[in-house]
Amino acid sequence: MTDQNVNAAAAEIEMYGALKDKEPPKEPRSQWRDVWDQFRRHKGALIGGGFLLFITLAVLVGPLIWTVDAKQLDIRNKDMRPLYTLLWDGDARTSWAKPLGSDNLGRDILATLIAGGRASMAVGWTAMILALFIGTAVGVSAGYFRRLDGPLMRLTDLFLSLPILPLLLVAVTLFRQPLRASFGPETGMFILIVGVIGITSWMQTARIVRGEVLALKEREFILAARSIGTTPFAIIRRHLLPNVVSPIMVSATLGLATAIITESALSFLGVGFPSDFPTWGKLLSDAVPRMEEFPERVMLPGILISLTVLSVNYLGDGLRDALDPRIRGR
Amino acid sequence: MLTYTIRRLVLSIPTLLFISVVIFLLLQLAPGDPMAQVPLTVPPDVKQKMRDALGLGAPIHVQYWKWLVQFFWIEPQVLIDHWFGTGLAEGKLRVISWQTRSPVMDIVVQRMPQTLWVVGMSYVVGILIALPIGIYSAYKQYSLFDQAGTFVSMIGFSIPPFFSGVLVIVIFSVNLGWFPSIYDTTHVVTDWASFKIQLQQMVMPVMVLALQTTAQISRFMRASMLDNLNQDYVRTARAKGLKESVVVLVHVLRNSMIPIITVIALGIPSIFGGAIITETLFKVNGIGQLLLTALFANDLPMVMTLTFIFAILIVLFNLIADVLYGILDPRIRYD
Repeated sequence: MTDQNVNAAAAEIEMYGALKDKEPPKEPRSQWRDVWDQFRRHKGALIGGGFLLFITLAVLVGPLIWTVDAKQLDIRNKDMRPLYTLLWDGDARTSWAKPLGSDNLGRDILATLIAGGRASMAVGWTAMILALFIGTAVGVSAGYFRRLDGPLMRLTDLFLSLPILPLLLVAVTLFRQPLRASFGPETGMFILIVGVIGITSWMQTARIVRGEVLALKEREFILAARSIGTTPFAIIRRHLLPNVVSPIMVSATLGLATAIITESALSFLGVGFPSDFPTWGKLLSDAVPRMEEFPERVMLPGILISLTVLSVNYLGDGLRDALDPRIRGR
Repeated sequence: MLTYTIRRLVLSIPTLLFISVVIFLLLQLAPGDPMAQVPLTVPPDVKQKMRDALGLGAPIHVQYWKWLVQFFWIEPQVLIDHWFGTGLAEGKLRVISWQTRSPVMDIVVQRMPQTLWVVGMSYVVGILIALPIGIYSAYKQYSLFDQAGTFVSMIGFSIPPFFSGVLVIVIFSVNLGWFPSIYDTTHVVTDWASFKIQLQQMVMPVMVLALQTTAQISRFMRASMLDNLNQDYVRTARAKGLKESVVVLVHVLRNSMIPIITVIALGIPSIFGGAIITETLFKVNGIGQLLLTALFANDLPMVMTLTFIFAILIVLFNLIADVLYGILDPRIRYD
């Protein structure tokens, strides 16, 4: 009788293999390991992330390898064509010293592209970080402090109904002179452009973060933290912010893409950086009048902008999939 | 629903007032003198008189109030006069452009048709292309067509209009010579031949703008169709023995269109913003180009009015989108 019982119990244990385990079968996997495994499966995101890394490194390290000065005029060697034009046109004016050719003042195009990329990426990253910072601050405050919710969200709605591109144009055109006077032409423009892009693109982040915080605030761990007397700021720093990292990262990629496009659009419309300071958008717009003879001067910066934005978009797509636990593991 | 609409309409008034204050203060803070173009031989005291004549000497709140009255009270009167031949606005001061010394609204009315024609057409074309792509991508999810659609819309998102515009100009008007690169707004359509020319010059700006619309809306359409295709009512419809075309194009499509219509309404104002770049590129003299030239000429009343018109469009279409959503979807009740 008892033997039977013991046997039955043993058989039951046999049936549920997990009950026999003395220790966890595998090392417990961290969340970021899971995220990385899911992210790796998204080919587009992997390629996009790789390309973004490559471009960022290229514009950072590039000037050390290709040491030609982007502002160096060389009138004798102006209007060179890139080396690859030799493939279909043997008579084209090319030179190994200028692999991507030179512009109408003899400036080396490879060097200007690297310098322009530096400016565009710097504006993109800084404006994105500024927008994320404002957006997260507004979103967390609106979500956590009920008294601030109404006013801050009305403010967000107001900002969402501002006509962004016209206002950007107005702000940049009208405030160019004083900022240039006080910070120098390049720094002044940089502050102005980063500032206006950052101030006009935080709204989506704020809305998403507020939604997440509103949901998280009702969870037990926040209640537990509050019951042991944690101050609101400690709760936000220790418990809320780590949990809203994923939506923030996804909107960071979107923000980077829009910031790069907006800066290029402003440069294209002629209200961007001063004329001797190259950015990708500026190079593109400067080349438009002579694009029939020198199409590469339009194509190269345009392709660089598009590829960077495309890779950032794919990266965001992959991150969204990888950071969403409902999709992960399928 | 009616009370909701009225409440939203009333709420949009402070929003618009706030936006107008922001724009006005931004322009007031800005440096720049409308007398900068006046020859140096004009003595300073005459310049000062000219400034006073433009109303620049008055305090900020007086200037703002005057603009408000001119825009919201006198301009509608001019419109009523124009329609019914009355004389309400006779002798009243309208919003005057510093560039041309003529009323701003007259210039806007002159420029509006070009913008509406190019922008509106591109939006319609973009939607007409996007909807079938979205429907078919969702119906054949993960097929080759779907993958290609995803890729093309990613590209549409990523290529900024100032590059795609330049690209099509290089390819189609420089190398192939099919289309003119400049949009001729004085062209009048009288017969078949001139209609063809009009069509040719519209193809490129319309397609450049439409690429962005298509990329966005086809993605939304696909997602919305996918949400509905797995629902129980679709299985029921199939089980009843309805034809596949009826199931997809009547049952699923009608339900999927609800969010899409709001997305379409929300996108209309942003297309006007994007038109600034396209208009500059193809030299269309629409309101986007008007805003740019006014900015560079420091024509503050023009800039103020145009920016505010953009703001009105955004607020109006946000409202339309919300109201439409409530009308179309019986599950949404605002009251």
